[in-house]
Amino acid sequence: MVGRNIARLNAVDVVLWGLRVGVVAVVVIGTVGTLIKGRYNAAQWFDFIMFGLTIGSIYAQIALGYTMVYGVLRLINFAHGDIVMTGAFAGYFVAMPLDRSGFLEDNPVLAMAAILLVAVIVSTSIAVLTERIAYRPFRRVVGLAPLICAIGVSFFLEQTFRGMFGSAVKSYPDPQWQRAAFHVFGFNVPRIDVLVIGLALIFMGLLYLIVQRTRMGTAMRAVAEDGEAAALMGIDVNKVVVFTFVLGGAMAGIAGVFYAFVYKQVYFLMGFTPGIKAFGAAVLGGIGNIPGAMLGGFFLGMVESVGPTLFLDGIGIPAPYQLRDLIAFTLLIMVLIFRPHGLLGEALAKKRA
Amino acid sequence: MMRRAALIGLAFGAGAVHLAAVGVLLAMHQRWIIVEALTLGQAALLLLAGGAGAMTRGPVMGALAGAAAGVPVVALLAAMSLVPLNSIFIALSHDLFNMLTLGVGLAAGVAILIGGGAIAGLVGVLLSNSSQMVRRAIFPGAISVVVAGVFQELIQLMLQQYEGPVGDFRDFIYTWEGLSLQGAIAIFVLAALLSEVFGFIWRMRAERTASHDHRRERMVRAGIALLILVLLPMLGGSYVGQVLMLVGLYILMGMGLNLEVGLAGLLDLGFVAFFAVGAYSTALLTAGSAHALMHLPYWAAMPVSVLLAVAVGVLFGLPVLGVRGDYLAVATMGLGEIVRVIVQSDFAAPLLGGAQGILEIPKPSIGNFVLGNPVSLFYLTLVASAVAAFVAWRLENSRLGRAWEALRDDEDVAQALGINLVRAKLLAYGLGAAFAGLAGSIFATMLTSVYPSSFQLLISINVLALIIVGGMGSLPGVVLGSIVLIGLPELLREFGEYRYLFYGAVLIVMMRLRPEGLWPSDVRQRELHAEDETLALDAGTDAVPAQPR
Repeated sequence: MVGRNIARLNAVDVVLWGLRVGVVAVVVIGTVGTLIKGRYNAAQWFDFIMFGLTIGSIYAQIALGYTMVYGVLRLINFAHGDIVMTGAFAGYFVAMPLDRSGFLEDNPVLAMAAILLVAVIVSTSIAVLTERIAYRPFRRVVGLAPLICAIGVSFFLEQTFRGMFGSAVKSYPDPQWQRAAFHVFGFNVPRIDVLVIGLALIFMGLLYLIVQRTRMGTAMRAVAEDGEAAALMGIDVNKVVVFTFVLGGAMAGIAGVFYAFVYKQVYFLMGFTPGIKAFGAAVLGGIGNIPGAMLGGFFLGMVESVGPTLFLDGIGIPAPYQLRDLIAFTLLIMVLIFRPHGLLGEALAKKRA
Repeated sequence: MMRRAALIGLAFGAGAVHLAAVGVLLAMHQRWIIVEALTLGQAALLLLAGGAGAMTRGPVMGALAGAAAGVPVVALLAAMSLVPLNSIFIALSHDLFNMLTLGVGLAAGVAILIGGGAIAGLVGVLLSNSSQMVRRAIFPGAISVVVAGVFQELIQLMLQQYEGPVGDFRDFIYTWEGLSLQGAIAIFVLAALLSEVFGFIWRMRAERTASHDHRRERMVRAGIALLILVLLPMLGGSYVGQVLMLVGLYILMGMGLNLEVGLAGLLDLGFVAFFAVGAYSTALLTAGSAHALMHLPYWAAMPVSVLLAVAVGVLFGLPVLGVRGDYLAVATMGLGEIVRVIVQSDFAAPLLGGAQGILEIPKPSIGNFVLGNPVSLFYLTLVASAVAAFVAWRLENSRLGRAWEALRDDEDVAQALGINLVRAKLLAYGLGAAFAGLAGSIFATMLTSVYPSSFQLLISINVLALIIVGGMGSLPGVVLGSIVLIGLPELLREFGEYRYLFYGAVLIVMMRLRPEGLWPSDVRQRELHAEDETLALDAGTDAVPAQPR
C-alpha cells in the first residue's frame, strides 16, 4: 500500500504540496519575524483589525449576493461587483447635494437613510434588469456561455456608467461626524467603522431572517436545494430568482455606499476588485451557504488588512501594503484549489456534487 | 400582436436612449456618412427603428414598432427640456437635444422622431419580408455606403496618390469633407450590381458542380486574404501598418487562447500573464537600460522569451489542474492579477522596474536593416502569425488536438478513454502561453518599453472576446475577430472610449444569438446543426437554443 502511494505521488501533487508548504511557511516565518521585530504597537494592530472588520463587513454583504445567486442559479454573477458600483454612484448623487446643503452634516440619520434608500433602489433595479435581459435566457444552458455573458454584462455596466457620469474619480463627501472617533480603552475607534459594521450586521441579520422565516425565503431555499422539485411543488421559480436578485442587489447597493464612504471615492471600475474578492469570500464560506458567506467576508477582510503587515513585513518585503491584493488573491486561489467546497460548506456541497 | 410590436419598439427605443445617455450617439453624430445628409448617429437611430420593425410581421405592425421606438427617445427629450439632467448625466447635453430634434425645436422634433421611426420600421419589416434578390442588392449597397462614408479619411488618403480614372472617380464620390450624395448613390448602385452579379455567378457554379471542392475554394480565399494583408500596409501607410500590427498581435494571442478555451475548454482569464512574461523577458534580455540582465540581439531573445512563457504557462497550469469550469476562470484571473500586482510593486522593482517599467528596448534588425517602422514590424508579426497559424492548424488535427476536444466535451469521459488529463491540460497552457509570449516579445520591441499598466486584465478579456466573436476553436474566426474587435476600434479612434461598451454588448449578444461565432469551425457548426435538427423535431416545446459547451 505504501509503495503504491509513493508511486502515485506524481509531479502535480509535489507542486501542490510545495504550494501549501510555501504559503504556510511564508505565513509562519513572516508572523514570527514581524512579532519579534515588534515595530508595530498595539494601537496600530488595533487599527488594522478595525479596518479589517469594516472592509470585511462590506465584503460579507457583497459575498451574500454571489452566494445566493449561485445557490439558486448555479451562476457566478460576474457583474455583481458592478452592481455594487451602481449603488455607490446612486448614493453619490444623493450624498453630494445633501452635503452641499449641510443636511448630511446636521441630520446624519435621515441623510444616511436617504442615501442608502436611493442606492438600494437603483442597485436592485439594475440587478433585476440584468437578470431579466442577460441571465434568464441562459437558465438551462450548461457550459461557458452564461459566464461569458456575465462578463459581458459586467463590461456593459461599467462602461455605461463611465459614459453617463464620466471616467474621473469622484470624491465622496466626508462629513465631520464620520471623521471623529470614539475612545475605548485608549484605542481610537473611528465612527465610520462602527457605523459600517453595525449597519452591515443589522442588514445581514435582516436578510438572514427573510431567508429563514418568510415564505419567499423558504421558496428560495427550496429552489437552491432542487430547482426541478421546487417547480413541481408549485413554486414559481422565476419569481424566486427575481427575489434572489432583489436581495443580492439590495445588499450590494448598501455595500457600495459603505465602500464609497470608507474609501471616500467612486469611479466606474471600483466594483471589480471588491467583487472578485467577495466572490472568494463566498467560496471560502462554501458557496450557496449564507452564514458562510458572511464569515468568509469577515475572514477575507481581516486577512487582507492584517496580512500584509503580519506576514510580509517579517520577511523583509518593502511596502507590504502594496501587496494587499496579492494576499487576497492568493487566498482566493488557494481556496479554489484546495477547498472548493469552502471551509463551512462541506455537508451542503457534498449533497450537490 | 399589437402589444408585442409596441413592446419590441419600446425595447429598441430604450436602446436608443441608452446610446444617447452614454454619449456614443452624439459622438457618432459627429461623423458624416454622407456629407450634409446623414450622420452615423442618425443612421444608428434609423437602424434601431428599422430593426424593431424587422422583428414584427406585416407593414402596420412594422410601422407601429418603429413609431414605438421613437417614444422612449421622445420621453428623454421631454425630460431633458423639463429638468436640467445634464448636471448629473454628462452626455445629455444641449448638442444631443439638437441632434435628436434635428435643431427644429421640441414639437417638430417629436413629430420627426415618431414619423421617421414609423417609416424606418415600415422599411425594416418590408425588407425582412422581401425576396433574396432585393436583399442581395440592398444590404451590400448600404454596407458599402457606410464603409465608404465612415472610413472616408483613410480611403481618401490611400487614393490620393492616383491620377487618371481612379482620381476622377475619387473626386466624383468624395468631397474634401467626405462622401458626397452623388458618390453615395454611385457606390450603392455599384455595390448592389456587383453583389447581384456575383450572387448569380455563384449560384450558377453551385448548380453546375454539385459537390464543389470546399478545400480548394477555401485555400483560394485564404490566399486572397493573405495577399490583401501583405499589400494593405504598403497602400495605407504607417497608420494602417500600426493598426494591422496590433491586429496581428491579437491574432497571435487569440490563436494561443483558442488552444486553451476553444479546443481544450479551459476558460483562462489570466492569459495576459503570458503576454507579460514574453514582453518582460524580451525587455530584460535586450534592453539598453540598467534593468537589463543581458544585451542579447532580439532574435536570440525572442525564442528565450517564448520558452520562458511556456515555462510560466505550465507553472500557471499546475496548481489549477483540478479546478473546473467557472472556478477555473476566477482562479486564472486571480493568478493573472497576482502577476500584475507583483510586477507593479516596489518588492519586484529592483528586477522589473516597478511602475516605471523598462525602457530602451532596441528594435530588431536583419543585417543592417532595422525593423524600425510599424510597417516592417507588421511584416514580422505577419510572419510570426503565419508560422503560429500553421502550428495551431496542425495541432488542431493532431492526436493532442483531439484529446483537447474530448477534454472540452467531457473531462470525465476523456479520462476514462485513457487521455492523460494532466499532460493534455499542461500542454494546452504551455502552448497557449507560447503564442502569447511571442506576441509579448514583439509588443515589447514595438513599444521599445514595457510598463506594468500595459498588462491589465482587459487584455485577457479582449482576447477572449475576439475568439468568441470569431468562433471558438476556429482559426479564421480568430482573424476575423481580431479585425472586428481590435482593428475596427483602432480605425474609429473617436469612439475609442466606447470600445469596451461595445465589447460588453457584443459578448452578451453573441452568447444569445450566435454562440458559435461569426466564422465557426466546421466541427462546431456540425455539432450545433445536429442539435438544431433534433430540436426541429420537437418544435413547439420549450426548445432551448443550442449552446457550445
